[in-house]
Amino acid sequence: MSLAQLQHLSKTYALGQLRVQALTDVSLQLQPACFTVLSGPSGSGKTTLLNLIAGIDRPDQGDVRIAGQSLQQLSDNALTDFRARHIGYIFQNFNLLPVLSAFENVEYPLRLNQTPAAQRRKRVLELLDAVGLADKSNHRPNQLSGGQRQRVAIARALVHQPLLVLADEPTANLDSQTGAQIIMLMRDLQRQQKTAFVFSSHDPQVIASADHLVLLKDGHLQSPQPLQEAV
Amino acid sequence: MIALALRNLWRNQRRSATTLLAMMIGMLSILLFGGYSRTVYYGLETDFVGRSGHLQLQRKDYFWFGSGDPQGYSLQNYTELVTDIQQDPVLAPLLRVVTPVLQFGGIAGNFDAGLSKLVIVQGVDVEGQNQLRQWNDYQLAITPELLSIDPAAPDQAEIGIGVARMLQLCTQLALKDCPQPDAGSPASNAGTLSADITALAATTAQSTTASLDQSGARLELLAASTGGAPNVSRLQINRAVTTGAKELDEVYLAMQLKQAQTLLYGEAGQRVTALQIQLQHSADLELARTRLQHLIDSRWQQQPLEVHDFQTLNPAFGQITGMFSAIFGFITILISAIVLFTVGNTMSMAVLERTVEIGTLRTLGLRRSGIRRLFVSEGLLLGLTGAVLGTLLALLLAALINQAGFAWLPPGSSNPVPITIRLWGEHQMLLSISLTVVLVATVSAWWPARRAAQQDVVDALRYV
Repeated sequence: MSLAQLQHLSKTYALGQLRVQALTDVSLQLQPACFTVLSGPSGSGKTTLLNLIAGIDRPDQGDVRIAGQSLQQLSDNALTDFRARHIGYIFQNFNLLPVLSAFENVEYPLRLNQTPAAQRRKRVLELLDAVGLADKSNHRPNQLSGGQRQRVAIARALVHQPLLVLADEPTANLDSQTGAQIIMLMRDLQRQQKTAFVFSSHDPQVIASADHLVLLKDGHLQSPQPLQEAV
Repeated sequence: MIALALRNLWRNQRRSATTLLAMMIGMLSILLFGGYSRTVYYGLETDFVGRSGHLQLQRKDYFWFGSGDPQGYSLQNYTELVTDIQQDPVLAPLLRVVTPVLQFGGIAGNFDAGLSKLVIVQGVDVEGQNQLRQWNDYQLAITPELLSIDPAAPDQAEIGIGVARMLQLCTQLALKDCPQPDAGSPASNAGTLSADITALAATTAQSTTASLDQSGARLELLAASTGGAPNVSRLQINRAVTTGAKELDEVYLAMQLKQAQTLLYGEAGQRVTALQIQLQHSADLELARTRLQHLIDSRWQQQPLEVHDFQTLNPAFGQITGMFSAIFGFITILISAIVLFTVGNTMSMAVLERTVEIGTLRTLGLRRSGIRRLFVSEGLLLGLTGAVLGTLLALLLAALINQAGFAWLPPGSSNPVPITIRLWGEHQMLLSISLTVVLVATVSAWWPARRAAQQDVVDALRYV
């Protein structure tokens, strides 16, 4: 049984007077507890597809179903609540809240889900320990390196045990060594937490670590295929 | 949410401080003027209530026509009315003083200088009147000016400083700053009074003032008695006082009630033009008025009566307080507009700068209403902080001004008035102004907050 079904997704953006077809009739199934990479050249529609799966954007046509729930049928508030409960998101620029400490950043999704304080604390410390930042829990983002910030972002994405973690080019702003460490960390955590990860990336390191590779070109799905064939 | 809002404000310390400073200056302006207005209100009220009581019981229409006919519009059996009021179970606990007054117009003459002057005479019960003047419900830093008349000396009186000047009694009363007319001016060449008035005064003086102190200032008071016949009373003037208003100083004469009644109604006259009723607290005015009206309608039907409050009797009170209220309202609106735009601008800048952060929060699962609440909370916190700091600053500055002892001369006044800012203890004013500022700051944040909440998540995340 697939975790997410993407059915005939199409999306067009207006760029001034120009209409840009970002995605055309994309259908795909994402498996649970798998490491899936969306790859393709710039402008191929990776981020758009990721946004549609995350429910932060809506398709012009088609539907996204996650764990049987059609995102199209959800109201704005219901979709937001769905994201808060079931989706984790890792941004290319980390997007940590600058006024919160590492602990508070990781804790934030649990606050949104109204998790009890004691439970929140236990879970956050567990995650910070898992990403190797237990000793930096009181640090603000500006006191952390790029790699450390992304670790905090990963912990934040996993803390509420989502069904699906989405990552938009998570290694793009990191040097290759740090990027490799981050990929290894995410791979380990994905196995430990048994969560499905979906990345958009054209970083070969990321692609090499994937269970499934989805290739996109000009908004069209080239192939969801086993990694060996793509590489 | 509040903690996050607080940190966001702290994050942009300079901008938050500038906004707070604008709000504090606004609060300061409103509160200092409000505190000064309050001093003026209380000062005027204390003055008017000290002179005329909170309420006056008069014969019907005396207010409109009585000064032209004090005989016709006088109260009869007033001692019974006083007793009724003092023993009424509703009024008694509210009362401070009930004292009669007889007011009429007359001509004061200085025979020695051959001068005369129209005056407004207050025939008063000295003890009652002095008690009336000591009312100070607002604990103002004032010393009440009591009557100098000895209750045991029936011919004693006091006059306004203007009356003394015009009747050339300054030397006798040892008044400083009292100009004398130049030699050759009409006042210095004033002739003697007509022979008939002089003779009438001499007769009255011989018959009634054998014990009158022959030293000091004296004058003759001419008034029309019942039936219109002229009558004269010879008075010994204890001192000349200033009432605070030049116009009043030139007509003021206060004398013993008994003497005034004899002058106007003869030996058997037991009438007054009003009963001055002073309450312990102004807050009880409406209750007392209602009760008096009830007594008028139910018990005192033998003569037509009506009751007036001090605001009706002193229209200047309403005019002055109205003017101050209008200025206060204008300043409040002006400052509110400044706060509205300052906070609105600060929040708009914050929304613009934190666009990506808004997108992040929405992606993590914060609803649009949550975004709205976040920014409105920041406006609310700015308002609260501005209100608290503004109030503290205003209290501090008010204390400094009060200590400095500044004074000014209000229009129409002959005495300088100290500039006092009354804020301490004015909880209602402090609270209402603070709430206004907090409300305006919160409303100012509403529009930028709404704009922040309506942003598309993807557009917000892409914002550079």
